[in-house]
Amino acid sequence: MDAPVIETFEKVEDIEIRLLLEALYLRYHYDFRNYATGSIKRRLRQAREQLGFATISAMQERSLHDETMLPRLLGYLTVQVSEMFRDPGYFRAIREIVVPHLKTYPSLKIWIAGCSGGEELYSLVILFREEGLEDRTIFYATDINQEALQIAEAGVYDLDRIQLFTENHRKSGGKSSLSDYYSAGYGRVSFDRTLRDRVVFSDHSLVTDAVFGEMNLISCRNVMIYFDKALQDRAVGLFRDSLARKGFLGIGAKESLRFSAHADDFREFVRQEKIYQRIGK
Amino acid sequence: MISTDPKAVVIGASAGALEALTSILPTLSRDFRLPIMVVVHIPPDKRSVLAELFRAKSSIEVIEVEDKEPIRPATAYFAPPDYHLLVEDQGTLGLTNEEPVLFSRPSIDVLFESAADVYGAAVVAVLLTGANQDGARGAFAIAKAGGHVIIQNPQTAFATAMPEAGLALCPDATVLSLDGISEYLKRIG
Repeated sequence: MDAPVIETFEKVEDIEIRLLLEALYLRYHYDFRNYATGSIKRRLRQAREQLGFATISAMQERSLHDETMLPRLLGYLTVQVSEMFRDPGYFRAIREIVVPHLKTYPSLKIWIAGCSGGEELYSLVILFREEGLEDRTIFYATDINQEALQIAEAGVYDLDRIQLFTENHRKSGGKSSLSDYYSAGYGRVSFDRTLRDRVVFSDHSLVTDAVFGEMNLISCRNVMIYFDKALQDRAVGLFRDSLARKGFLGIGAKESLRFSAHADDFREFVRQEKIYQRIGK
Repeated sequence: MISTDPKAVVIGASAGALEALTSILPTLSRDFRLPIMVVVHIPPDKRSVLAELFRAKSSIEVIEVEDKEPIRPATAYFAPPDYHLLVEDQGTLGLTNEEPVLFSRPSIDVLFESAADVYGAAVVAVLLTGANQDGARGAFAIAKAGGHVIIQNPQTAFATAMPEAGLALCPDATVLSLDGISEYLKRIG
């Protein structure tokens, strides 16, 4: 489309949303200002309805004066949807195509950026254990949402999700039984504490924080789809600068670096599974 | 009848979608000047073949969307399985993993509401055959923003629930047969 679709005056709701996001940034330093607007709008409308506010402005007023609003709003603004070994083909590709390269390194750093409730993290730790790489690896699991980080650190999930996780694990080429890694009880499963031995959990924002050094693999799946294009460019630039020479970047199945300002700094390593390799440097 | 020149077409369909879309997309010519965003309910765990299938049959371009795909004329954009498809305000399409709407991801409501936000009156929504009520709220949002809503005549639809729900919320919508919808789109695009 040639001309951007912008109306001559802004709709009231659009103004309210901008003001609320500005308020969250100024008051709490949470920066959603460059998130993709379509999805932010949907979730703020949901928050407004479900939290019982007449307007988004009213929600903004409360957010400034009542700190307990922040975690509640974060619950809406950050989307927590994941599953272990989601898109098994991705994990199979890591196992069969990326791991042989990683095996040539004496020590490894892996970054799970936007780790949410930890599903992707535990998938990778289990995969690395199965491949005999866990002992030489440090996993960095980061998210902006403290509650999500706590869930990730606890490693406890509802029992009814385990069947799907197990099926995914099997399809990903798992060499052990997923049940080796958890104990079940009271409708929940608790993942083995030793899976956390090599993990560093940390609060990190792809929007405002800086480079995270010398990673061999960064996995950041379905996180950047919530960003607008400028912010995606920032995040991909951050990943590029955080990767070691010939390091790998894995993104979501329907994400692409094709549209990124930094596309030339990567090559498609496993095209079908959206695994890229840093070139140059 | 049309006060604003449309800038895009959005289409939603569920049960019976394949046949319905076959009466529409392949009839449009290469110089069709509008983009068409399409949500069809598909199972989340399957690789979708819709885009490939219609690419082979159509003269317009047909692609399955990846996040931040630029919006171009004469192109049909299919939502991938297990993602919502949204129109963004920077001339691109976005995907999200937000929770399903009416058990559906992709959801027609999500696409239509985002199109209403971005295009206002300058969009045509087409709600086709389907066995649930997804799309009705979205069609209402488009009508409210001044856009044009077309609903497949339930009597000609494979599954009637979706067009009927649409009509219940948008009684002023234009009701057409599949051929009528094809003719209409050729006229505006």
